[in-house]
Amino acid sequence: MEHSSLAGRIFRGVALTLILIFFMFPIVWIFLMSFQTNEQILRIPPRILFEPTFANYEALISGQLRTAAGNLQISFMRNLFNSVVLSSAAVLLALLLGVPAAYAFARFKFRLGESIAFTLLSFRFAPPLLVLLPLSLYYQELGLNDTYFGIVWVYQLIALPLILWIVRGYFEDISPDIEHAYRLAGHSWREAFTRIAVPLAGPGIAAAGLLSFIFCWNNFVFALILASADKQPVTVGALAFVTASGIQYGQIAAAIVLSVTPTLLLALYAQRYLVEGLSLGAVKG
Amino acid sequence: MSMVQLLQTNAQAAPAKPRPRVRLLPYLLSLPALLVCVAILVPFVTAAVYSLQRYRLNLPYLRGFIGAGNYIDFLSDPAFWNTLRISITYTAVTVVLELLLGLGIALLLRRRTRFHNAVSIMLLLPLMTAPAIAALMWKLMTNPSFGILSYLIGLFGVTDFKWASDPSSALFTVVLVDVWVYTPFIMILLLAGLRSLPRQPFEAAALDGVPASFVFFRITLPMLAPYIITASLFRLLDSIQQFDIIYAMTQGGPGDRLMVFQVQAYLEFFQYTNVGRSAALLMILWLITNILSNIFIKNWLRLRARAHGHA
Repeated sequence: MEHSSLAGRIFRGVALTLILIFFMFPIVWIFLMSFQTNEQILRIPPRILFEPTFANYEALISGQLRTAAGNLQISFMRNLFNSVVLSSAAVLLALLLGVPAAYAFARFKFRLGESIAFTLLSFRFAPPLLVLLPLSLYYQELGLNDTYFGIVWVYQLIALPLILWIVRGYFEDISPDIEHAYRLAGHSWREAFTRIAVPLAGPGIAAAGLLSFIFCWNNFVFALILASADKQPVTVGALAFVTASGIQYGQIAAAIVLSVTPTLLLALYAQRYLVEGLSLGAVKG
Repeated sequence: MSMVQLLQTNAQAAPAKPRPRVRLLPYLLSLPALLVCVAILVPFVTAAVYSLQRYRLNLPYLRGFIGAGNYIDFLSDPAFWNTLRISITYTAVTVVLELLLGLGIALLLRRRTRFHNAVSIMLLLPLMTAPAIAALMWKLMTNPSFGILSYLIGLFGVTDFKWASDPSSALFTVVLVDVWVYTPFIMILLLAGLRSLPRQPFEAAALDGVPASFVFFRITLPMLAPYIITASLFRLLDSIQQFDIIYAMTQGGPGDRLMVFQVQAYLEFFQYTNVGRSAALLMILWLITNILSNIFIKNWLRLRARAHGHA
Protein backbone atom coordinates (compact mmCIF):
# COMPACT_ATOMS: atom_id res chain seq x y z
CA MET A 1 0.00 0.00 0.00
CA GLU A 2 2.84 2.44 0.69
CA HIS A 3 5.58 3.18 -1.79
CA SER A 4 8.69 1.86 -0.18
CA SER A 5 10.89 1.72 -3.26
CA LEU A 6 13.78 4.18 -3.39
CA ALA A 7 12.31 6.04 -6.37
CA GLY A 8 9.00 6.36 -4.57
CA ARG A 9 10.63 7.74 -1.44
CA ILE A 10 12.65 10.27 -3.41
CA PHE A 11 9.50 11.37 -5.25
CA ARG A 12 7.62 11.84 -1.99
CA GLY A 13 10.50 13.76 -0.44
CA VAL A 14 10.79 16.13 -3.39
CA ALA A 15 7.03 16.63 -3.63
CA LEU A 16 6.68 17.43 0.08
CA THR A 17 9.61 19.85 -0.07
CA LEU A 18 8.08 21.73 -3.02
CA ILE A 19 4.70 21.86 -1.25
CA LEU A 20 6.25 23.22 1.94
CA ILE A 21 8.16 25.86 -0.02
CA PHE A 22 5.06 26.99 -1.91
CA PHE A 23 2.87 27.30 1.17
CA MET A 24 5.43 28.56 3.69
CA PHE A 25 7.59 30.84 1.57
CA PRO A 26 5.20 33.84 1.38
CA ILE A 27 4.80 33.92 5.18
CA VAL A 28 8.54 33.63 5.79
CA TRP A 29 9.40 36.19 3.12
CA ILE A 30 6.95 38.84 4.32
CA PHE A 31 8.17 38.25 7.88
CA LEU A 32 11.78 38.89 6.76
CA MET A 33 10.69 41.94 4.75
CA SER A 34 9.10 43.49 7.82
CA PHE A 35 12.59 43.77 9.39
CA GLN A 36 14.16 45.45 6.36
CA THR A 37 14.58 49.07 5.39
CA ASN A 38 13.22 50.21 2.06
CA GLU A 39 16.73 50.28 0.61
CA GLN A 40 17.30 46.68 1.64
CA ILE A 41 13.98 45.63 0.12
CA LEU A 42 14.69 47.36 -3.18
CA ARG A 43 18.15 45.84 -3.50
CA ILE A 44 18.70 43.48 -6.43
CA PRO A 45 19.48 40.68 -6.06
CA PRO A 46 17.52 40.30 -2.82
CA ARG A 47 19.51 38.98 0.15
CA ILE A 48 18.43 36.55 2.79
CA LEU A 49 21.06 37.76 5.22
CA PHE A 50 20.62 41.37 6.28
CA GLU A 51 20.89 43.57 9.32
CA PRO A 52 17.40 43.57 10.84
CA THR A 53 15.74 46.84 11.76
CA PHE A 54 12.76 47.43 14.02
CA ALA A 55 12.04 50.83 12.46
CA ASN A 56 8.97 49.54 10.58
CA TYR A 57 7.31 48.29 13.76
CA GLU A 58 8.32 51.42 15.65
CA ALA A 59 6.67 53.57 12.99
CA LEU A 60 3.47 51.53 13.12
CA ILE A 61 3.31 51.50 16.91
CA SER A 62 4.09 55.19 17.34
CA GLY A 63 1.70 56.08 14.51
CA GLN A 64 4.28 58.37 12.91
CA LEU A 65 5.41 57.46 9.43
CA ARG A 66 8.41 59.37 8.09
CA THR A 67 8.38 59.62 4.33
CA ALA A 68 10.30 61.75 1.85
CA ALA A 69 7.23 63.98 1.61
CA GLY A 70 7.10 64.51 5.38
CA ASN A 71 5.42 62.99 8.38
CA LEU A 72 2.30 60.91 7.93
CA GLN A 73 -0.14 60.03 10.70
CA ILE A 74 -1.14 56.38 10.59
CA SER A 75 -3.81 54.70 12.64
CA PHE A 76 -2.82 51.12 12.16
CA MET A 77 -2.77 50.39 15.91
CA ARG A 78 -6.30 51.71 16.00
CA ASN A 79 -7.23 49.12 13.34
CA LEU A 80 -5.61 46.41 15.40
CA PHE A 81 -7.53 47.53 18.46
CA ASN A 82 -10.77 47.58 16.42
CA SER A 83 -10.16 44.02 15.24
CA VAL A 84 -9.75 42.84 18.83
CA VAL A 85 -12.88 44.64 20.02
CA LEU A 86 -15.08 43.68 17.07
CA SER A 87 -14.08 40.02 16.93
CA SER A 88 -14.24 39.44 20.70
CA ALA A 89 -17.59 41.16 21.07
CA ALA A 90 -19.02 39.29 18.08
CA VAL A 91 -17.93 35.91 19.46
CA LEU A 92 -19.24 36.65 22.96
CA LEU A 93 -22.61 37.70 21.56
CA ALA A 94 -22.74 34.68 19.28
CA LEU A 95 -21.97 32.35 22.21
CA LEU A 96 -24.69 33.95 24.33
CA LEU A 97 -27.23 33.63 21.50
CA GLY A 98 -25.99 30.41 19.97
CA VAL A 99 -25.21 28.01 22.81
CA PRO A 100 -28.77 27.95 24.29
CA ALA A 101 -30.20 27.65 20.78
CA ALA A 102 -27.80 24.84 19.91
CA TYR A 103 -28.89 23.08 23.11
CA ALA A 104 -32.55 23.49 22.15
CA PHE A 105 -31.90 22.12 18.64
CA ALA A 106 -30.03 19.12 20.03
CA ARG A 107 -32.45 18.20 22.83
CA PHE A 108 -35.88 19.04 21.40
CA LYS A 109 -37.02 18.16 17.92
CA PHE A 110 -39.20 21.04 16.88
CA ARG A 111 -40.09 22.43 13.53
CA LEU A 112 -39.08 26.03 14.14
CA GLY A 113 -35.68 24.89 15.38
CA GLU A 114 -34.87 23.13 12.14
CA SER A 115 -36.09 26.13 10.15
CA ILE A 116 -33.83 28.48 12.09
CA ALA A 117 -30.87 26.14 11.82
CA PHE A 118 -31.29 25.82 8.07
CA THR A 119 -31.99 29.48 7.46
CA LEU A 120 -28.73 30.33 9.20
CA LEU A 121 -26.91 27.58 7.36
CA SER A 122 -28.20 28.69 3.98
CA PHE A 123 -27.12 32.25 4.72
CA ARG A 124 -23.68 30.95 5.43
CA PHE A 125 -23.67 30.18 1.71
CA ALA A 126 -25.49 33.27 0.39
CA PRO A 127 -23.54 36.17 -1.17
CA PRO A 128 -22.71 38.50 1.74
CA LEU A 129 -23.25 41.62 -0.35
CA LEU A 130 -26.88 40.60 -0.91
CA VAL A 131 -27.53 41.28 2.77
CA LEU A 132 -24.89 43.98 3.25
CA LEU A 133 -25.88 46.46 0.56
CA PRO A 134 -29.51 46.92 1.67
CA LEU A 135 -28.29 46.79 5.27
CA SER A 136 -25.93 49.69 4.63
CA LEU A 137 -28.91 51.80 3.52
CA TYR A 138 -30.92 50.75 6.61
CA TYR A 139 -27.96 51.43 8.85
CA GLN A 140 -27.71 54.97 7.53
CA GLU A 141 -31.34 55.57 8.46
CA LEU A 142 -31.03 53.89 11.85
CA GLY A 143 -27.77 55.65 12.68
CA LEU A 144 -26.00 52.29 13.05
CA ASN A 145 -23.60 53.01 10.23
CA ASP A 146 -20.05 53.11 11.48
CA THR A 147 -20.83 51.92 15.00
CA TYR A 148 -19.19 48.99 16.76
CA PHE A 149 -22.63 47.62 17.55
CA GLY A 150 -23.72 47.63 13.92
CA ILE A 151 -20.63 45.74 12.80
CA VAL A 152 -20.79 43.24 15.67
CA TRP A 153 -24.40 42.60 14.73
CA VAL A 154 -23.58 41.63 11.11
CA TYR A 155 -20.62 39.56 12.30
CA GLN A 156 -23.30 37.24 13.72
CA LEU A 157 -23.73 36.11 10.13
CA ILE A 158 -20.27 34.57 10.40
CA ALA A 159 -20.12 33.48 14.03
CA LEU A 160 -23.63 32.27 14.76
CA PRO A 161 -23.98 29.49 12.13
CA LEU A 162 -20.55 28.18 13.08
CA ILE A 163 -21.35 28.06 16.79
CA LEU A 164 -24.86 26.69 16.30
CA TRP A 165 -23.82 23.80 14.10
CA ILE A 166 -20.63 22.79 15.90
CA VAL A 167 -21.98 23.10 19.45
CA ARG A 168 -25.19 21.34 18.46
CA GLY A 169 -23.10 18.35 17.35
CA TYR A 170 -21.35 18.29 20.72
CA PHE A 171 -24.64 18.45 22.64
CA GLU A 172 -26.00 15.61 20.50
CA ASP A 173 -23.01 13.47 21.41
CA ILE A 174 -23.76 13.82 25.13
CA SER A 175 -26.31 11.32 26.35
CA PRO A 176 -29.38 13.11 27.72
CA ASP A 177 -29.63 10.45 30.42
CA ILE A 178 -27.12 12.26 32.61
CA GLU A 179 -29.26 15.39 32.52
CA HIS A 180 -32.41 13.35 33.17
CA ALA A 181 -30.84 11.77 36.23
CA TYR A 182 -29.76 15.20 37.45
CA ARG A 183 -33.26 16.59 36.88
CA LEU A 184 -34.81 13.65 38.74
CA ALA A 185 -32.66 14.62 41.73
CA GLY A 186 -34.75 17.77 41.88
CA HIS A 187 -32.72 20.26 39.88
CA SER A 188 -34.22 22.67 37.35
CA TRP A 189 -33.51 22.43 33.62
CA ARG A 190 -31.42 25.57 33.92
CA GLU A 191 -29.12 23.91 36.45
CA ALA A 192 -28.94 20.83 34.23
CA PHE A 193 -27.98 23.06 31.32
CA THR A 194 -25.35 25.14 33.10
CA ARG A 195 -23.90 22.47 35.44
CA ILE A 196 -24.03 19.38 33.19
CA ALA A 197 -24.56 20.08 29.50
CA VAL A 198 -22.38 23.18 29.06
CA PRO A 199 -19.33 21.82 30.94
CA LEU A 200 -19.54 18.52 29.04
CA ALA A 201 -19.75 20.34 25.70
CA GLY A 202 -17.00 22.71 26.87
CA PRO A 203 -14.29 21.71 24.41
CA GLY A 204 -16.73 22.08 21.50
CA ILE A 205 -17.88 25.47 22.71
CA ALA A 206 -14.29 26.64 23.10
CA ALA A 207 -13.36 25.38 19.64
CA ALA A 208 -16.38 26.99 18.01
CA GLY A 209 -15.59 30.23 19.79
CA LEU A 210 -11.95 30.25 18.69
CA LEU A 211 -12.86 29.45 15.10
CA SER A 212 -15.51 32.14 14.91
CA PHE A 213 -13.00 34.58 16.34
CA ILE A 214 -10.57 33.71 13.52
CA PHE A 215 -13.25 34.06 10.85
CA CYS A 216 -14.50 37.37 12.22
CA TRP A 217 -10.93 38.67 12.40
CA ASN A 218 -10.25 37.60 8.81
CA ASN A 219 -13.43 39.11 7.44
CA PHE A 220 -12.99 41.96 5.02
CA VAL A 221 -16.16 42.83 3.15
CA PHE A 222 -18.48 43.56 6.11
CA ALA A 223 -16.35 46.31 7.55
CA LEU A 224 -15.34 47.58 4.11
CA ILE A 225 -18.98 48.49 3.57
CA LEU A 226 -20.18 49.39 7.06
CA ALA A 227 -17.21 51.05 8.78
CA SER A 228 -15.27 54.25 8.23
CA ALA A 229 -11.63 54.75 9.10
CA ASP A 230 -11.82 54.89 12.90
CA LYS A 231 -13.89 51.67 13.20
CA GLN A 232 -12.10 49.59 10.56
CA PRO A 233 -10.42 46.30 11.48
CA VAL A 234 -6.94 45.36 10.24
CA THR A 235 -8.10 43.67 7.04
CA VAL A 236 -9.62 46.89 5.70
CA GLY A 237 -7.06 49.08 7.44
CA ALA A 238 -4.11 47.28 5.86
CA LEU A 239 -5.53 47.88 2.38
CA ALA A 240 -6.09 51.57 3.14
CA PHE A 241 -2.58 51.72 4.57
CA VAL A 242 -1.10 50.38 1.32
CA THR A 243 -2.82 53.16 -0.60
CA ALA A 244 -1.81 55.84 1.91
CA SER A 245 1.80 54.88 2.51
CA GLY A 246 2.61 54.26 -1.14
CA ILE A 247 6.13 52.91 -1.31
CA GLN A 248 6.83 52.22 2.37
CA TYR A 249 7.10 48.51 1.67
CA GLY A 250 8.76 47.59 4.96
CA GLN A 251 5.90 49.12 6.94
CA ILE A 252 3.36 47.36 4.75
CA ALA A 253 5.08 44.05 5.49
CA ALA A 254 5.14 44.85 9.22
CA ALA A 255 1.43 45.73 9.11
CA ILE A 256 0.72 42.40 7.41
CA VAL A 257 2.71 40.51 10.06
CA LEU A 258 0.82 42.27 12.88
CA SER A 259 -2.52 41.53 11.15
CA VAL A 260 -2.02 37.81 10.72
CA THR A 261 -0.07 36.87 13.86
CA PRO A 262 -3.08 36.63 16.24
CA THR A 263 -5.10 34.33 13.99
CA LEU A 264 -2.13 32.16 13.08
CA LEU A 265 -1.29 31.64 16.77
CA LEU A 266 -4.92 30.84 17.59
CA ALA A 267 -5.09 28.45 14.65
CA LEU A 268 -2.03 26.57 15.88
CA TYR A 269 -3.59 26.38 19.33
CA ALA A 270 -6.98 25.17 18.04
CA GLN A 271 -5.76 23.01 15.17
CA ARG A 272 -7.29 19.83 16.61
CA TYR A 273 -10.77 21.26 16.06
CA LEU A 274 -10.22 22.91 12.71
CA VAL A 275 -11.42 20.02 10.56
CA GLU A 276 -14.76 19.84 12.31
CA GLY A 277 -15.13 23.57 12.43
CA LEU A 278 -14.28 24.20 8.82
CA SER A 279 -16.75 21.60 7.60
CA LEU A 280 -19.41 22.69 10.13
CA GLY A 281 -19.20 19.21 11.61
CA ALA A 282 -19.92 17.47 8.29
CA VAL A 283 -16.62 15.63 8.54
CA LYS A 284 -15.60 14.50 12.01
CA GLY A 285 -11.83 14.71 12.32
CA MET B 1 -38.98 21.77 2.70
CA SER B 2 -37.38 18.51 1.77
CA MET B 3 -34.49 18.89 4.19
CA VAL B 4 -36.90 19.29 7.08
CA GLN B 5 -38.75 16.13 6.08
CA LEU B 6 -35.48 14.34 5.84
CA LEU B 7 -34.67 15.29 9.40
CA GLN B 8 -38.08 14.35 10.67
CA THR B 9 -37.79 10.83 9.33
CA ASN B 10 -34.49 10.72 11.15
CA ALA B 11 -36.15 11.81 14.36
CA GLN B 12 -38.85 9.14 14.04
CA ALA B 13 -36.28 6.44 13.57
CA ALA B 14 -34.57 7.39 16.83
CA PRO B 15 -35.79 5.55 19.93
CA ALA B 16 -38.37 7.47 21.95
CA LYS B 17 -36.82 9.32 24.85
CA PRO B 18 -38.67 10.86 27.79
CA ARG B 19 -39.27 14.52 26.97
CA PRO B 20 -39.30 17.51 29.27
CA ARG B 21 -42.77 18.87 29.94
CA VAL B 22 -41.98 22.48 29.16
CA ARG B 23 -43.01 22.89 25.56
CA LEU B 24 -42.26 26.57 25.38
CA LEU B 25 -38.66 26.13 26.47
CA PRO B 26 -37.04 25.29 23.11
CA TYR B 27 -38.72 28.31 21.56
CA LEU B 28 -37.52 30.60 24.32
CA LEU B 29 -33.98 29.25 24.03
CA SER B 30 -33.84 29.77 20.30
CA LEU B 31 -35.65 33.11 20.28
CA PRO B 32 -32.47 35.23 20.08
CA ALA B 33 -31.15 33.16 17.18
CA LEU B 34 -34.55 33.55 15.53
CA LEU B 35 -34.34 37.33 15.89
CA VAL B 36 -30.96 37.32 14.18
CA CYS B 37 -32.52 35.28 11.36
CA VAL B 38 -35.30 37.80 10.94
CA ALA B 39 -32.84 40.66 10.99
CA ILE B 40 -31.00 38.96 8.14
CA LEU B 41 -34.13 38.09 6.19
CA VAL B 42 -35.37 41.68 6.13
CA PRO B 43 -32.45 43.10 4.10
CA PHE B 44 -32.58 40.00 1.93
CA VAL B 45 -36.22 40.63 1.00
CA THR B 46 -35.38 44.31 0.50
CA ALA B 47 -32.65 43.34 -1.95
CA ALA B 48 -35.13 41.21 -3.88
CA VAL B 49 -37.50 44.21 -4.08
CA TYR B 50 -34.68 46.59 -5.16
CA SER B 51 -33.79 44.22 -7.97
CA LEU B 52 -37.25 44.87 -9.46
CA GLN B 53 -36.86 48.64 -9.32
CA ARG B 54 -35.21 51.35 -11.28
CA TYR B 55 -33.28 52.70 -8.31
CA ARG B 56 -30.25 54.95 -8.54
CA LEU B 57 -28.97 56.77 -5.48
CA ASN B 58 -27.98 59.80 -7.57
CA LEU B 59 -31.37 60.02 -9.33
CA PRO B 60 -33.91 59.31 -6.55
CA TYR B 61 -36.85 60.87 -8.42
CA LEU B 62 -36.58 58.26 -11.19
CA ARG B 63 -37.15 55.44 -8.70
CA GLY B 64 -39.96 53.07 -9.67
CA PHE B 65 -41.06 49.51 -10.20
CA ILE B 66 -39.85 48.09 -13.51
CA GLY B 67 -40.56 44.39 -13.02
CA ALA B 68 -37.88 42.21 -14.54
CA GLY B 69 -36.38 45.23 -16.33
CA ASN B 70 -32.96 44.97 -14.69
CA TYR B 71 -32.79 41.27 -15.48
CA ILE B 72 -33.88 41.73 -19.10
CA ASP B 73 -31.22 44.41 -19.56
CA PHE B 74 -28.57 41.86 -18.57
CA LEU B 75 -29.46 39.64 -21.52
CA SER B 76 -28.17 42.20 -24.01
CA ASP B 77 -25.39 43.56 -21.80
CA PRO B 78 -21.88 42.33 -22.65
CA ALA B 79 -20.68 43.43 -19.18
CA PHE B 80 -23.06 40.92 -17.57
CA TRP B 81 -21.94 38.06 -19.80
CA ASN B 82 -18.34 39.01 -19.05
CA THR B 83 -19.08 38.82 -15.32
CA LEU B 84 -20.76 35.43 -15.69
CA ARG B 85 -17.92 34.08 -17.81
CA ILE B 86 -15.15 35.33 -15.49
CA SER B 87 -16.95 34.06 -12.37
CA ILE B 88 -17.45 30.60 -13.84
CA THR B 89 -13.89 30.43 -15.15
CA TYR B 90 -12.46 31.56 -11.83
CA THR B 91 -14.58 29.05 -9.91
CA ALA B 92 -13.87 26.12 -12.22
CA VAL B 93 -10.12 26.73 -12.37
CA THR B 94 -9.65 27.29 -8.63
CA VAL B 95 -11.82 24.36 -7.53
CA VAL B 96 -10.25 21.87 -9.95
CA LEU B 97 -6.69 22.94 -9.12
CA GLU B 98 -7.31 22.96 -5.37
CA LEU B 99 -9.02 19.59 -5.51
CA LEU B 100 -6.19 17.92 -7.43
CA LEU B 101 -3.47 19.54 -5.35
CA GLY B 102 -5.32 19.01 -2.07
CA LEU B 103 -5.95 15.35 -2.85
CA GLY B 104 -2.30 14.87 -3.82
CA ILE B 105 -1.04 16.42 -0.60
CA ALA B 106 -3.52 14.44 1.51
CA LEU B 107 -2.30 11.21 -0.10
CA LEU B 108 1.33 12.15 0.60
CA LEU B 109 0.55 12.90 4.25
CA ARG B 110 -1.72 9.92 4.75
CA ARG B 111 0.41 7.90 7.15
CA ARG B 112 0.32 9.25 10.69
CA THR B 113 3.90 10.17 11.37
CA ARG B 114 5.16 13.03 13.47
CA PHE B 115 6.62 14.71 10.37
CA HIS B 116 3.39 14.39 8.36
CA ASN B 117 1.37 15.84 11.20
CA ALA B 118 3.78 18.77 11.50
CA VAL B 119 3.48 19.44 7.76
CA SER B 120 -0.31 19.35 7.84
CA ILE B 121 -0.35 21.82 10.72
CA MET B 122 2.01 24.17 8.88
CA LEU B 123 -0.24 24.04 5.82
CA LEU B 124 -3.10 25.39 7.95
CA LEU B 125 -1.39 28.76 8.19
CA PRO B 126 -2.27 30.04 4.68
CA LEU B 127 -5.89 29.03 5.29
CA MET B 128 -5.98 31.02 8.52
CA THR B 129 -4.55 34.13 6.85
CA ALA B 130 -7.23 36.67 5.97
CA PRO B 131 -7.72 36.36 2.19
CA ALA B 132 -7.53 40.14 1.72
CA ILE B 133 -4.20 40.19 3.59
CA ALA B 134 -2.97 37.18 1.61
CA ALA B 135 -3.62 39.18 -1.56
CA LEU B 136 -1.47 42.00 -0.15
CA MET B 137 1.33 39.55 0.63
CA TRP B 138 1.34 38.30 -2.94
CA LYS B 139 1.13 41.86 -4.21
CA LEU B 140 4.38 42.61 -2.41
CA MET B 141 5.98 39.47 -3.80
CA THR B 142 4.88 40.13 -7.37
CA ASN B 143 5.80 43.81 -7.45
CA PRO B 144 7.54 44.36 -10.82
CA SER B 145 10.42 46.39 -9.36
CA PHE B 146 11.41 44.45 -6.22
CA GLY B 147 9.03 41.49 -5.87
CA ILE B 148 10.87 38.29 -5.13
CA LEU B 149 8.76 36.31 -7.59
CA SER B 150 9.41 38.80 -10.38
CA TYR B 151 13.11 38.45 -9.57
CA LEU B 152 12.98 34.64 -9.53
CA ILE B 153 11.21 34.30 -12.89
CA GLY B 154 13.67 36.90 -14.18
CA LEU B 155 16.44 34.38 -13.49
CA PHE B 156 14.69 32.11 -16.00
CA GLY B 157 14.66 34.85 -18.60
CA VAL B 158 11.07 36.02 -18.09
CA THR B 159 11.48 39.74 -17.58
CA ASP B 160 8.28 41.49 -18.64
CA PHE B 161 5.76 39.42 -16.69
CA LYS B 162 3.41 41.91 -15.02
CA TRP B 163 1.34 39.53 -12.84
CA ALA B 164 -1.94 41.11 -11.74
CA SER B 165 -1.50 44.36 -13.65
CA ASP B 166 -1.48 42.74 -17.07
CA PRO B 167 -4.84 41.54 -18.50
CA SER B 168 -3.27 38.34 -19.83
CA SER B 169 -1.83 37.22 -16.48
CA ALA B 170 -4.26 38.83 -13.98
CA LEU B 171 -6.50 35.78 -13.74
CA PHE B 172 -3.48 33.52 -13.28
CA THR B 173 -2.23 35.69 -10.43
CA VAL B 174 -5.47 35.80 -8.43
CA VAL B 175 -5.98 32.06 -9.01
CA LEU B 176 -2.50 31.53 -7.58
CA VAL B 177 -3.44 33.42 -4.42
CA ASP B 178 -6.74 31.53 -4.14
CA VAL B 179 -4.89 28.21 -4.52
CA TRP B 180 -2.39 29.29 -1.88
CA VAL B 181 -5.12 30.18 0.63
CA TYR B 182 -7.68 27.45 0.02
CA THR B 183 -5.85 24.27 -1.07
CA PRO B 184 -5.15 23.50 2.61
CA PHE B 185 -8.92 23.49 3.19
CA ILE B 186 -9.41 20.61 0.75
CA MET B 187 -6.27 18.96 2.04
CA ILE B 188 -7.32 18.82 5.70
CA LEU B 189 -10.83 17.59 4.90
CA LEU B 190 -9.55 14.84 2.59
CA LEU B 191 -6.78 13.92 5.02
CA ALA B 192 -9.38 13.47 7.77
CA GLY B 193 -11.38 11.37 5.31
CA LEU B 194 -8.43 9.22 4.25
CA ARG B 195 -7.42 8.53 7.81
CA SER B 196 -10.93 7.47 8.78
CA LEU B 197 -11.26 4.87 5.99
CA PRO B 198 -11.45 1.24 7.17
CA ARG B 199 -8.22 -0.73 6.74
CA GLN B 200 -9.56 -4.11 5.64
CA PRO B 201 -10.06 -3.40 1.91
CA PHE B 202 -6.51 -2.07 1.63
CA GLU B 203 -5.02 -4.97 3.57
CA ALA B 204 -6.91 -7.47 1.41
CA ALA B 205 -5.74 -5.71 -1.77
CA ALA B 206 -2.13 -5.77 -0.52
CA LEU B 207 -2.36 -9.50 0.25
CA ASP B 208 -3.69 -10.21 -3.23
CA GLY B 209 -0.95 -8.09 -4.82
CA VAL B 210 -3.44 -5.74 -6.50
CA PRO B 211 -1.60 -2.95 -8.40
CA ALA B 212 -1.50 0.45 -6.72
CA SER B 213 -3.38 2.22 -9.52
CA PHE B 214 -6.26 -0.23 -9.20
CA VAL B 215 -6.38 0.28 -5.42
CA PHE B 216 -6.44 4.06 -5.91
CA PHE B 217 -9.17 4.22 -8.57
CA ARG B 218 -11.34 1.32 -7.38
CA ILE B 219 -11.01 1.52 -3.59
CA THR B 220 -9.55 4.79 -2.34
CA LEU B 221 -11.39 7.22 -4.62
CA PRO B 222 -14.88 5.69 -4.29
CA MET B 223 -14.59 5.47 -0.51
CA LEU B 224 -13.32 9.02 -0.33
CA ALA B 225 -16.06 10.34 -2.63
CA PRO B 226 -18.34 11.76 0.09
CA TYR B 227 -15.45 13.81 1.48
CA ILE B 228 -14.46 14.99 -1.98
CA ILE B 229 -18.03 16.08 -2.68
CA THR B 230 -18.32 17.97 0.61
CA ALA B 231 -14.98 19.71 0.21
CA SER B 232 -15.55 20.72 -3.41
CA LEU B 233 -19.05 22.01 -2.81
CA PHE B 234 -17.83 24.15 0.08
CA ARG B 235 -15.16 25.52 -2.21
CA LEU B 236 -17.54 25.97 -5.17
CA LEU B 237 -19.88 28.09 -3.06
CA ASP B 238 -17.08 30.24 -1.69
CA SER B 239 -15.21 30.55 -4.94
CA ILE B 240 -18.09 31.78 -7.08
CA GLN B 241 -18.60 34.50 -4.47
CA GLN B 242 -14.94 35.45 -4.22
CA PHE B 243 -14.51 39.11 -3.36
CA ASP B 244 -11.66 39.70 -0.89
CA ILE B 245 -8.73 38.41 -2.94
CA ILE B 246 -9.81 40.00 -6.21
CA TYR B 247 -10.83 43.32 -4.68
CA ALA B 248 -7.64 43.62 -2.62
CA MET B 249 -5.48 42.65 -5.59
CA THR B 250 -6.96 44.59 -8.52
CA GLN B 251 -10.50 45.82 -7.68
CA GLY B 252 -11.76 43.79 -10.65
CA GLY B 253 -9.24 45.16 -13.12
CA PRO B 254 -7.24 45.62 -15.19
CA GLY B 255 -10.21 46.90 -17.17
CA ASP B 256 -12.98 44.41 -16.54
CA ARG B 257 -10.69 41.40 -16.63
CA LEU B 258 -11.54 40.18 -13.12
CA MET B 259 -15.12 41.47 -12.76
CA VAL B 260 -16.61 38.58 -10.82
CA PHE B 261 -20.18 38.86 -9.50
CA GLN B 262 -19.60 40.40 -6.11
CA VAL B 263 -16.94 42.86 -7.27
CA GLN B 264 -19.19 43.98 -10.13
CA ALA B 265 -22.15 44.36 -7.74
CA TYR B 266 -20.01 46.32 -5.28
CA LEU B 267 -18.91 48.74 -8.00
CA GLU B 268 -22.45 49.07 -9.41
CA PHE B 269 -23.57 50.09 -5.93
CA PHE B 270 -20.78 52.37 -4.76
CA GLN B 271 -19.32 53.68 -7.99
CA TYR B 272 -22.35 53.90 -10.28
CA THR B 273 -24.88 54.13 -7.38
CA ASN B 274 -27.18 51.83 -9.34
CA VAL B 275 -28.87 49.95 -6.50
CA GLY B 276 -31.41 48.14 -8.70
CA ARG B 277 -28.83 46.69 -11.03
CA SER B 278 -26.50 45.74 -8.19
CA ALA B 279 -29.33 43.92 -6.39
CA ALA B 280 -30.36 42.08 -9.57
CA LEU B 281 -26.79 40.88 -10.11
CA LEU B 282 -26.64 39.58 -6.54
CA MET B 283 -30.00 37.86 -6.88
CA ILE B 284 -28.67 35.95 -9.88
CA LEU B 285 -25.58 34.98 -7.91
CA TRP B 286 -27.80 33.95 -5.02
CA LEU B 287 -29.86 31.74 -7.35
CA ILE B 288 -26.70 30.01 -8.55
CA THR B 289 -25.38 29.47 -5.00
CA ASN B 290 -28.80 28.34 -3.83
CA ILE B 291 -28.98 25.59 -6.43
CA LEU B 292 -25.45 24.53 -5.51
CA SER B 293 -26.07 24.71 -1.77
CA ASN B 294 -29.26 22.65 -2.00
CA ILE B 295 -27.26 19.90 -3.59
CA PHE B 296 -24.70 20.45 -0.88
CA ILE B 297 -27.07 20.41 2.08
CA LYS B 298 -28.68 17.14 0.98
CA ASN B 299 -25.30 15.47 0.70
CA TRP B 300 -24.12 17.04 3.88
CA LEU B 301 -27.08 15.85 5.95
CA ARG B 302 -26.43 12.32 4.81
CA LEU B 303 -22.78 12.61 5.79
CA ARG B 304 -23.60 14.17 9.12
CA ALA B 305 -26.12 11.44 9.90
CA ARG B 306 -23.50 8.85 9.03
CA ALA B 307 -20.86 10.55 11.20
CA HIS B 308 -23.30 10.43 14.11
CA GLY B 309 -24.01 6.78 13.44
CA HIS B 310 -27.67 7.05 12.35
CA ALA B 311 -27.40 5.76 8.80
